[in-house]
Amino acid sequence: MASKVLHAIFTDDDILMQAVKAMRKKKYGIGEVYCPFPVHGLDKAMGMPHTRLAITSFLYGLVGLTVATLMMNFIMIEDWPQNIGGKPSFSYIENMPAFVPIMFEMTVFFAAHLMVITFYMRSKLWPFKEAENPDVRTTDDKFLMEVPVNEANVQLIAETLHESGASEIKLIDNK
Amino acid sequence: MYTMSSKIKIFSIILVIIGAIGLIYGFMDTPASVEDVKEMLHEEHSAHGGGEAMATSHSSESDDAHADEHAEHVYHQLKNKPWSAIYVPVLFFFLIALGAFVFYALQYAAQAGWSPLLFRVMEGIASYLVPGGILVYVLLVLSSLHLNHLFIWMDPEVVAHDEIIQNKTAFLNIPFFLIRAAIFIIGWIVFSKVIIKNSRKQDDNFSMKLHKKNFKLSAGFLVFFIVTESIMSWDWIMSIDTHWFSTLFGWFVFASIFVSGITVIALVTIYLKSRGYLEKVNNSHIHDLGKFMMGMSIFWAYLWFSQFLLIWYSNIPEEVTYFITRLEDYPVLFIGTVILNWALPMLILINSEFKRINWIIVLSGIIILVGHYVNFFVLIMPGTVGESWFIGIPEISSVLLIGGIFIFTIFSALGKAPLTVKNNPYLKESENFHY
Repeated sequence: MASKVLHAIFTDDDILMQAVKAMRKKKYGIGEVYCPFPVHGLDKAMGMPHTRLAITSFLYGLVGLTVATLMMNFIMIEDWPQNIGGKPSFSYIENMPAFVPIMFEMTVFFAAHLMVITFYMRSKLWPFKEAENPDVRTTDDKFLMEVPVNEANVQLIAETLHESGASEIKLIDNK
Repeated sequence: MYTMSSKIKIFSIILVIIGAIGLIYGFMDTPASVEDVKEMLHEEHSAHGGGEAMATSHSSESDDAHADEHAEHVYHQLKNKPWSAIYVPVLFFFLIALGAFVFYALQYAAQAGWSPLLFRVMEGIASYLVPGGILVYVLLVLSSLHLNHLFIWMDPEVVAHDEIIQNKTAFLNIPFFLIRAAIFIIGWIVFSKVIIKNSRKQDDNFSMKLHKKNFKLSAGFLVFFIVTESIMSWDWIMSIDTHWFSTLFGWFVFASIFVSGITVIALVTIYLKSRGYLEKVNNSHIHDLGKFMMGMSIFWAYLWFSQFLLIWYSNIPEEVTYFITRLEDYPVLFIGTVILNWALPMLILINSEFKRINWIIVLSGIIILVGHYVNFFVLIMPGTVGESWFIGIPEISSVLLIGGIFIFTIFSALGKAPLTVKNNPYLKESENFHY
């Protein structure tokens, strides 16, 4: 764990992207990048792995479909198969069309909500969570790149950042 | 500039020849008289063996009368068989071209930035509107000349004994039917010709005026289309089951032709790209077409199920017979359409990476096209041939015949203009399109 980090502030997302590319080219590790809005292609430029949130969502959808099917099969077919308006409750498949709206909604419900909760858990977001904002201006109009440094490379990294257009560079202790 | 390769030319001509021979065989193969059918039914009956016990339990007189009636019924169905075999693909391929042209007009009206690179492909497919429209119209005229019994309301003898149809004759009468069909087909063709002509003119020099004109024409076409398409589906498909009606039927048919049109656009684009034309088309364009294929497949299934659920749930006898005949006589095809047109495309195309892989798009495209042919088959056949259906020589060869004409038309049309539009205001954006 680096004991010190550089905070480089950028005023424009284009300059930020160039700086990210320059840093990657020189094989310096980037700690974090704070942006006021999503910068298109930043994750790719930083070499971040692709999100697997969509896969979890698909699996949660399957869970929802299973829950709906098992629930209605138990309630409507096994537990108390009443004749309600002449609908055939002899087997699940015979009365299936009537269950499809619920099967669909449960699939969507599980897929959406569990995926959102997964997102919150993975990105550590919850009410009363203390904001991890290194500089308040990054929520407004500034971009901040955090780079872990040590005694040996601090000068080189600061120069690279400066060359690629950082408007201010600070060396601070890592908390 | 693209020129149709001799391979495609020969391939499509072979399809036409084989298809024509098979179709002629299909027409020759129909029974010549009710007597033949009786004999055939008798043979089938004794082959199954169960006939004797049944016959003894009834008085032989009423049994004979019943058998006669049944034989005549089957005779009409078998007479209809080659006619509906050719009617299904003629309608299907014409409506595919229409679906592709609707997609093209939508791109203009929505001012889409990704698609101008594919405009010429869509124009090529839309060129089938002319021969396809003529074929559809010829078949409709032949039906109204009483050469077949595809539409029972065209038969004065049937109408005379049928009060329900009598009440519908203000709409369902032959002159009005043919006039409507002519207006629809000519309207679609004229819109397509004018919009495509403007697009070709745009190649010579940039003109914002032409582009705006096409924008307005496309918007006008879409309004004209949605009204005429709705009536077209009542006329050409729903009126086969004259005693039945459904309000979302027009949308249902639209979903079917729209997704098939988009699929054909994707397949032709992938083919042309694999042959080295359309260099600027990248996998993001394919990805977008894949998304449309998947989304519209789900839209089709939504309408299919809505129509089925509402009728199944309320179970009103006058409506539900439509689905009872389909579930009893066409169980595999009826449920098969849902698997082919919804389950498989959705599961295959749900993955973002898969939508960028050509062979996966081709595979799911073939599944979708087969599925929607079957969908049209299940829409039309139960009303014309009933339980005497079979996917045999006349059905397959008429698909080959019309498919051959379709391929020949669109690929020769693709050779008539450069494969990429010039001077379209969105062309640059389309060339740099990345998702």
